[in-house]
Amino acid sequence: MGFFEDIEIGAQREFGSFTFTAEDIKKFATQFDPQRFHLDEDEGRKSLFGGLAASGWHVAAVCMKLLVADGKRLAAEAAARGETVAVWGPSPGFRELRWIKPVLAGDTIRFSSRVETKRTSEKRPEWGILQIRNTGINQRGEVAYSFLATAFVPRLSAGS
Amino acid sequence: MTTLTFEDFKPGHFGTFGPRHVTREEILAFAAEFDPQPMHLDEMAANASMLKGLSGSGWHLGSIMMRMLFDGFIGRTASLGSPGVNEMRWLAPLRPGDDLTLDVGVAEARISRSRPETGIVTFKGTIRNAAGVVLCEMESPIIVSRRAEAGAE
Repeated sequence: MGFFEDIEIGAQREFGSFTFTAEDIKKFATQFDPQRFHLDEDEGRKSLFGGLAASGWHVAAVCMKLLVADGKRLAAEAAARGETVAVWGPSPGFRELRWIKPVLAGDTIRFSSRVETKRTSEKRPEWGILQIRNTGINQRGEVAYSFLATAFVPRLSAGS
Repeated sequence: MTTLTFEDFKPGHFGTFGPRHVTREEILAFAAEFDPQPMHLDEMAANASMLKGLSGSGWHLGSIMMRMLFDGFIGRTASLGSPGVNEMRWLAPLRPGDDLTLDVGVAEARISRSRPETGIVTFKGTIRNAAGVVLCEMESPIIVSRRAEAGAE
């Protein structure tokens, strides 16, 4: 979670992994996405997914959970080194979110990020704007999930 | 109630769903589990943030949209799932106490080349608060079965 000037295009980072249990999958689905293949093992097996599958929004939310946890770890490390901690701004959105392979009960997804583009904000000169591709890979090495996030990142030379 | 199939989705406005009331408690609960940034959890930090006040996670808003889509029509549609989201734009913050309305339009409906017994319906979803402010816009394709007789053609 550095400042805009410290971040290089192409920078990659593994930021966490998560195992989706049947209990987690059903709990999220009951609240937000109660389609039959997210709630019941038999219905999942009969569906295109081939098993009890996590809602795509659940996969997305878990990815965010791990991103935030990693950001907090990096901020704590920066603070421990006596550096100023960069606090990132809210995101204006994302593009190209792909649910490529189903995430089934028991699957473990490892997430990583890669910085794709960076530019300064015209409207808010104290901020830069990054596009970051976040990717989730399952225990078989298959890409299951990816999306292109947009993030506001503070500039060191704010406004200059 | 009949199940909706591919043939029921024509380009144009499809429907308006809601309102869905969002409480402070559910904003805090979602943020605590999935997006524990201070702007979603802590009033003081939220007031100092770009969003100027406590706001819900954008991923929470996306998940609420999913539920509104389910309650609106996907729960009675022969849906086989979605391959993704082409674009999500978070335009204004979700606030505690908001009453959300979802407008759904069909941007495109076409028969799948790889699975001709199914079609791909691309939806545009727009969520507004009670004041009519657009909070988010999303475009997402959903795979929907065709009617049995259509699939047998």
